[in-house]
Amino acid sequence: MVVTGKGGVGKTTVSAALGLLAARAGKRTVICEVAEQEQLAAIFGVAASEHEERELRPRLHAISVDPERAKEEWLRYQLKSSALASVLGGSSVFRYLSAAAPGLSELVTIGKVWDLAQLERRTGGSEFDLTIVDAPATGHGVAMLRAPSTYASVARVGPIRRQALTIDRFLRDPRRTGVVVVALPEEMPVNETLDLERRLRDEMDMAVDRAIVNGLYPERFSGADAERLRAAEARGGGPVRAALAEHERAHGQRSQLRRLRRGLEAPVTTLPFLFQPELGPSQLDELADRLGRSL
Amino acid sequence: MIDDWLERKQVCICAGSGGVGKTTTSAAIALGMAARGRKVAVLTIDPARRLANSLGLAELGNEECRVEVEGLDGELWAMMLDPKRTFDEIVDWHAPDERTRDAVLSNRIYQELSNAVAGSQEYMAMEKLHELHQEGRYDLLVLDTPPTRNALDFLDAPRRLTEFVDSRAIQLFAAPAGLGLKLLGRGTGMVFSVMQRATGIDLLADLGEFFRSFGGMTEGFRERAQLVNELLADSRTAFVLVTSPRRHALEDAVWFHHRLMDAGLPFAGVIANRVHQAGGAVGGAALDDLLDVELARKVMRTYEDERRLAERDRAGLADLRRRIGRKPILEVPHLHDDVHDLDGLRQMGAYLFSQTGAE
Repeated sequence: MVVTGKGGVGKTTVSAALGLLAARAGKRTVICEVAEQEQLAAIFGVAASEHEERELRPRLHAISVDPERAKEEWLRYQLKSSALASVLGGSSVFRYLSAAAPGLSELVTIGKVWDLAQLERRTGGSEFDLTIVDAPATGHGVAMLRAPSTYASVARVGPIRRQALTIDRFLRDPRRTGVVVVALPEEMPVNETLDLERRLRDEMDMAVDRAIVNGLYPERFSGADAERLRAAEARGGGPVRAALAEHERAHGQRSQLRRLRRGLEAPVTTLPFLFQPELGPSQLDELADRLGRSL
Repeated sequence: MIDDWLERKQVCICAGSGGVGKTTTSAAIALGMAARGRKVAVLTIDPARRLANSLGLAELGNEECRVEVEGLDGELWAMMLDPKRTFDEIVDWHAPDERTRDAVLSNRIYQELSNAVAGSQEYMAMEKLHELHQEGRYDLLVLDTPPTRNALDFLDAPRRLTEFVDSRAIQLFAAPAGLGLKLLGRGTGMVFSVMQRATGIDLLADLGEFFRSFGGMTEGFRERAQLVNELLADSRTAFVLVTSPRRHALEDAVWFHHRLMDAGLPFAGVIANRVHQAGGAVGGAALDDLLDVELARKVMRTYEDERRLAERDRAGLADLRRRIGRKPILEVPHLHDDVHDLDGLRQMGAYLFSQTGAE
């Protein structure tokens, strides 16, 4: 399950909530953070991942993929020799040239994700029922999904080309790979979500399975309430102003949500804004409950 | 205020992590400075339509486009930079002849190079910035950097890029076929054959060809990188860090600040967007006298929720202020509506600019 969306919309939060939900349902689940983010271990108070799988809860694991380590694993697998791989890894010529090999970094990253999703892991790790990728923001997320097909067209040598094609087929198979786009109910995130669905369809022939709109404010006040609040604003001070501001925001969010629902082919699910200073495990559990009720 | 930060500046670079409102902030700065009589161009390398969106335009092309706004004393222009095209232009500029140019432009390695060297996209944006600055058609250039966590990769990119084209190993590719390999020694030959097995790319052939054509241009590249570095460090340039008051954005801001300081770059200050406000004091009249009991209770609950977030934001920003050595921080409140048009930009500008000027 690939989770993507505009920067700052809460991709990691939604990935974690989906992971909790799957783990509760008995699925052995792993959440992959890529692009040098490592937030989950910190939120759940476990040691930093450093490219290793860490258990967050029973059946729920997290890993932060390090492209350099993924490259080493890839080399060991391709060369079937860790001695050769370490000679190569230590060569400065190799470091320059592997940086120049187009898309190699993205390929080994998504290759690692693919490996996690296999029943028989080539790295010999344990198997998972579900792999959730906390993918990079919109444009970079598409680039990562496209890496295997890009690479297959550049690589000339058989086995690597075949492997890139295998990963590409896996990603584009809707029975095996799903795409979740996270958004906020605001103008620009909604625009980017609509764009992203189009791009995935046009460039990758992939469909978005579901959009999850994060941070939806509650509608605490009715239209009649708002009228009464406006009348009391001058004398009511800060509290009344805060209430009116929230009312307007909640209202604006709903019109953006309607626009997203109209424009998007995929179904849309919402998550509430939690009035908490920072999100910890118990808030993630709360969001997982919400998702469990609406999915 | 930002107009003081930018008083004698010709370049303003907005940096920060994704989703903190960098594009919107860049646009609001550009609009405000144009309102104060300057001829301003705001540049983005982001192909998503964020900048076009926030300026109320349907699309934004790779050409500069004038944004028609009523009542500006100056001019506002906007453009999207195309890193690939900029790279092509630079090759065109440095290539000794057409044949070399075509050989480079059609090379597969070249075609992917903009992705291959980390930060080279950002670097190309800097090249274009430098070029526009040289042409001198604008009083101020405002650059919206890309929305990645590594948005400051461009600081290293000139070094990485020149190191890449300069490296001894790479230079040897420019030698006639075979000779380079001999000079590199037999071990390298093995590295290549193993590499071909591991990556599936015939790098020897592709890179050999690339560097044979590209070799003559490295000097030009090095000179340009030097000029770009000088522009970034120039006292006429200002770096503005954009953040939100959320924990991970603040951590990124501290890290960005360290990098700017380490690189000796002119840091102007921080703009913190979407800051929750305490909402002002409780009014003179008791709420229960103004509203019915249930409504008054809902109002107080909302107020408490807002205050908790305002308290978090205040503490986060105080911590940021301490950690970056009491540099100026401008706060933009969490506005009712997210900013995506000229009115929104003006509203945002009211928190960024001093009110004695135009508008």
